[in-house]
Amino acid sequence: MAIPMAAGAQGQPKVIEITAKRFEFSPNTLTLKKGETVVLRLTSADVTHGFFSRDIKVDELIEPGKPLEVMVTPQKAGTFSVICHHFCGAGHGNMKMTVTVVE
Amino acid sequence: MKFSGMTLGLGTLYAVAPGLQSSALGRAFGKHTKEANGEEVKPFTFLQLSDSHVGFSGPPDPLGTAAFERAAEVVNGLPQRPDLVLFTGDLTHDTEDKDQHAQRMQRFKEISGRMKVAKTFYVPGEHDAGLDGGQLFRENFGETHYSFDHKGVHFIALDNVSGPKPAIGAEQLAWLRQDLARFPKTAPIVVFTHRPLFDLRPDWEWFTSDGDDVMNLLAPYEHVTVLYGHIHRDDEHTDGHVKHYAARSLIFAFPNPEKVNGVKKPIAFDKDHPFQNLGIRVVSAGDGELSVEDVELTLREYSGVNGIQQMAKPLSM
Repeated sequence: MAIPMAAGAQGQPKVIEITAKRFEFSPNTLTLKKGETVVLRLTSADVTHGFFSRDIKVDELIEPGKPLEVMVTPQKAGTFSVICHHFCGAGHGNMKMTVTVVE
Repeated sequence: MKFSGMTLGLGTLYAVAPGLQSSALGRAFGKHTKEANGEEVKPFTFLQLSDSHVGFSGPPDPLGTAAFERAAEVVNGLPQRPDLVLFTGDLTHDTEDKDQHAQRMQRFKEISGRMKVAKTFYVPGEHDAGLDGGQLFRENFGETHYSFDHKGVHFIALDNVSGPKPAIGAEQLAWLRQDLARFPKTAPIVVFTHRPLFDLRPDWEWFTSDGDDVMNLLAPYEHVTVLYGHIHRDDEHTDGHVKHYAARSLIFAFPNPEKVNGVKKPIAFDKDHPFQNLGIRVVSAGDGELSVEDVELTLREYSGVNGIQQMAKPLSM
């Protein structure tokens, strides 16, 4: 079954680079389209961070020196938070990214 | 299993089945547990304290350990000494300086040791174990997950903070399955842990990712109560026949997420009410149901209905 994909090079899903470092994600806001698949390329600039959201269905650890790619297809529109759920130090509790999923 | 409780000062006092001796229904329940489980549940009280964050001092609470130290005084002044105390994590506030963290843990133990109770049991929080995988906790208290029995009640300590994610993990789940298999389905069980075992607010990190696996293992057991901390506010959640109770902290409070549009910030410190929102709850039992009443922490110098009389309020069933 064909899955709609955000346009990338040669019909591949769009790749979005995300860097995690104490204590923020960069970029810290993202807009995606419901039902469209994108690839999030996750990198840590310092220590291990988490990348978690029940709504977007991501649950990953980002280790320094070990970038990873996660394929995401948002199923519902709205505004959601992706948080760091690996305790990374004093500012860990406020480390989050806002993801807006549009129709 | 019936619990009832009263407000004290800081923390939550639970009374296990205090009506057992005084009512026909209670005596029948005691007889039933003896026949079904091999041990009759005897009435006793215990206390839950949580989130003392020893080492923290900042705008949400510039008083440091004042509330925790006051808690120890209040516990020692209780008319009936609780049999045991459960600490549900974040005993210390995190620091990357290992020596400083060790000093904070010693300070925690010194204050905790002031309470004149026979037994105290601990689980770590992520501020204790998140940076070192639980090493400092184990050096001071032993295993981060374990179980014990007290007067017919089976207590289970679970660790959902020492791993890389908020999770119990496969190894601990296997241990839990084996531990539970020793008990009949009628055994009274109290689970205590740091993070909620359900999705309270995943975007505030108020969750355990494999909490459902834990609850599925507990589902066949008829009398299960879960006590936890982490969220710095009281909360009650019912899932089938299981009640989950969160304890207030001993450092600063978080607001109700629904009332702050999802913005996670500690409630501001109020120097005129320095202990407000910290660590008090009344848990009282009705006909097999528990009800929770919030009572603000009282200061030593208060009197009247907001002070000693409140702390001396009789247990209700």
